[in-house]
Formats: sequence, structure tokens, C-alpha cells
Amino acid sequence: MEPRRPRRALHALFDQLVGEGRLTHCAGRSVIAVHEGRLHVLGEGGLQVIGYDRLVLATGASDRVAPVPGWQNAGVYSLGAAQIALKVQGVALGRRMVLIGSGPLLTLVGAQLLKAGADVAAVLDTSPWRQQMRGFWELSARPIVALRGLALRTRLGGRYHAGVTLERIEADGSGVVAVRWRDAGDRERVTACDMIGMGWHLRAETHLADIAGCAFTYDEQWRQWLPKIDEMGRAGNGLYLAGDGTRLFGADAAEIGGRLAAAACLSDLGIAAPATGADLRKLKRLERFARGLAVAFPWLEAMARALPDDAIVCRCENVTAGSIRESVEHGGGEANRVKSLSRVGMGRCQGRYCLLAAVEVITARAGCAPKDVGRFRAQAPVRPAPVGVFLQEG
Amino acid sequence: MITAGRIVRLAERDRAEVRFFLDGQMCRTLAGDTVLTAMLASGRTLRTSEFGPEPRAGFCLMGACQDCWVWQEEGLRLRACSTVAAEGMRLRTTPPERWP
Repeated sequence: MEPRRPRRALHALFDQLVGEGRLTHCAGRSVIAVHEGRLHVLGEGGLQVIGYDRLVLATGASDRVAPVPGWQNAGVYSLGAAQIALKVQGVALGRRMVLIGSGPLLTLVGAQLLKAGADVAAVLDTSPWRQQMRGFWELSARPIVALRGLALRTRLGGRYHAGVTLERIEADGSGVVAVRWRDAGDRERVTACDMIGMGWHLRAETHLADIAGCAFTYDEQWRQWLPKIDEMGRAGNGLYLAGDGTRLFGADAAEIGGRLAAAACLSDLGIAAPATGADLRKLKRLERFARGLAVAFPWLEAMARALPDDAIVCRCENVTAGSIRESVEHGGGEANRVKSLSRVGMGRCQGRYCLLAAVEVITARAGCAPKDVGRFRAQAPVRPAPVGVFLQEG
Repeated sequence: MITAGRIVRLAERDRAEVRFFLDGQMCRTLAGDTVLTAMLASGRTLRTSEFGPEPRAGFCLMGACQDCWVWQEEGLRLRACSTVAAEGMRLRTTPPERWP
């Protein structure tokens, strides 16, 4: 089945350029390493090396998830997973679903699932109403988008609860059976379900930018390390970045970011580039809106910091909050030392779904700010690769 | 349509049938399903975890988390969320005892 395609004109232009032989589209490949101007690309045929003198990375973002005790059980998914299952496969990932987290995707996925006929028992937003109102001014930068979001919210009806506290996910031997939570009035609630979709807005995917040599700065508002780029997307040394992998401004901004990075690349090569003034102005407006989302639907650092010792932070290798705290006691509050000692972030996802929470656990124990903990360094290969492909290469 | 497994089919239910084997048992699914959809149409989980007692059923569905690894009888591992289920595929929920 073909996934639905928004931005039809853009895709049509791309397909046309590929058809005319002006672009080579290598579908179904993963760049697993970048080293000295060469990309190591994993595909069905094995490993391939492609040299470059300019590199534009558009790696996107994935769900920012937070550990909730019990989240290692079968039936806990990201919100993005619930949306992909619905749009690409036409399925719901459970008979009775509960969505937890905060941000625009929480509302959107809930409304899409209901419309398709899925049973959504509850949509639990950890952001209280008064917090959501704090983002009001910035969100007014895109009034139609903001109103559309509110309209979707009304479709959730009584299923939607703001300002909830998540306690734990309960499961039996074959997966999730319920979620325990407290409502805004601090009443204990239990909702039976066999699937949980979770997400707190987005996490920029930066592994390749990191190993390609990009510098990073800590962004207090999104509480994550983001690549250092100029307004056009230049990261230096022939590297350009575009889209949600740089700043979490959303899909419209990603398209503009791609145009800007291409224009920067062209002008650096001494080739005439299209004017960028209008795009830069539009990007500013989209940034104001995106910052409003970050204020209205914040990441839940307090929940991560207060995780019980036996709660699992790394789903890949079941590394607990207690084990991370022990590593801090033993080796101090430096991110990469904690990683070596506890193995948090060294599993098969390479830290994509645990490290933001691990930083909060380390910070709370070490008594310092997240930026002082340092940045977890990415390592190649950025995705698991069968050992055999490296043997073939040698 | 509620399946015998975890998933509920909400759209495009009139596709052709595909047969595959899971731990030696023949299972049926629909053409175009991923291995993840196919396995969760007849079961509640995909695999056992090497690090704890909880079985796993995938997490991100976009090839990033690697939670949905399953094995083929020939020994090759695949990501269930991004592999299309093919007629006659022979899958395992546990790694083979002998690696190729």
C-alpha cells in the first residue's frame, strides 16, 4: 500500500527530476556512517560508499518519548507508530487504546483513530490548561492551524483530560492491560486498555549531523541539544542541514528549510541561487508558532527526574533509573561516562528513545543543569548493521 | 475487524491473502501487510526480550527503535515494521540456535 502523500506538487517535481535522470534516488537505504567525505550506505545489496563534497542532511525527527514505569511491555508504542499503523497499514494497534503525552500529535492521532473507527478509551495530556494558555500569543502566529487543533480537540470529547499525572502501565504476560493515572483534581484513575501510544512532541534526529562533525548547542526551550547552523542551514565544512532534524518547526518549515539549504549550497558553489527573503520571513513566523507549541506542551522533565529506581529508562537493554543514579554516584554526572558505566543509550536504538530522559535522571542526581551534563555523542554505525556487510567490504 | 491477535483492521480489508509460517505454524495475512502487521494479526507479541521477561511488540514503526526484530528460519534477522510479508516466509520469534 502506498502511504498518503501530502505536498503532492513537491513529490511530483522530485519524481519528474528522477525520471529525467537529473537525480539519483536510492530508496530503501540507510546511511550508517559518515567519514572523511564519504557516506557508508546500507542497502539490500550490502554496504556502498558514496563520496561527496557537499552534504545536505534532512534527517527529520521522531517522537520524544518519556519512560513511564511499565513502558517496556508489549503494546506500548509511540504516537507516530499509531499514526503509521493507521495510515500505511489501515490498522489500529489495539482493541482499546489510550494515548498519553502532550503536543499537537496527541490530539491529531486521537482524532484520526476515532474517525477511522478505532476504540480510543482516553487521551491523557500531561500539560494543564493554564500551561497550554501560556503559549497562546506565539500560537496566534498561525491562527488557522491553532483553531484547527482546537477543533480536533473537541472531537475527542470527554476522552480528553488535561493536566494528568501518569503513575504506571500495568501488564500481564502478553502485554498492557491498564494505565494508572491521576486527573487534574488529583483523583486516582485506572483505564483498562491493551495499547498505549505515547509522545511529547518531537526529538530532532541528529546522529548523522553529529558524526559528520556538526557543532551543537543546548536549547533550553526544547530541552535537547540541537545542531549549530546559520539561518540558511549551513553547519560549515560543506555540511548543510534542513528540517526537523535542526529545529522542530514542523513540516511547512521543513520544506522552506530545504529550499534555504539548497540556496546556501548553490551560492557557496558560486552558482546563482533563488532569492530567499520571503522564505526567511515565513520561517520566522513558523518559528514563533513552534516555540509556542514548546511552551504550551512541554516535555515532562519532572516525571523523568522522579522515576522510581526500578523503572526502566532504556527499553532496549532494560537499564533502570536506579542503575543510572548509581553510575552518577560512582563516576560523576557526565553524560558519556554514565553511558559507559550503565550502558544507557548503547542499545540497539542508540539512545534515540532513552537519552533525553536519562539526561534528566542524571541532572537530578548530580544537581546540575542539563547542558552541564554534556551531550551524549553519537557513534557509527548509527543503525545496527549485520557484521557480514563489513566482512564483504574488507 | 477484530483479529485473533493485537491489531484491529480498520480499512482495505479486501486484499488478497498471503500465507506464512510463524514458529512452524501456518498463518494467514493480507497482501501488503508488513511482517509486524501480519504477526500481530494472529498474536499479541513479536518476540522475547534478551534483557527482561516482557515480550515485545514493536515501538516506533519507523525503523528507528529496532524493537521489532524477528528472525527467518534461514537465520537472517529482519525489522518487522519495515519488511513486507511475503508468501511462504518462514519466521521465528526467537533467534535460531545455530547462526549461519
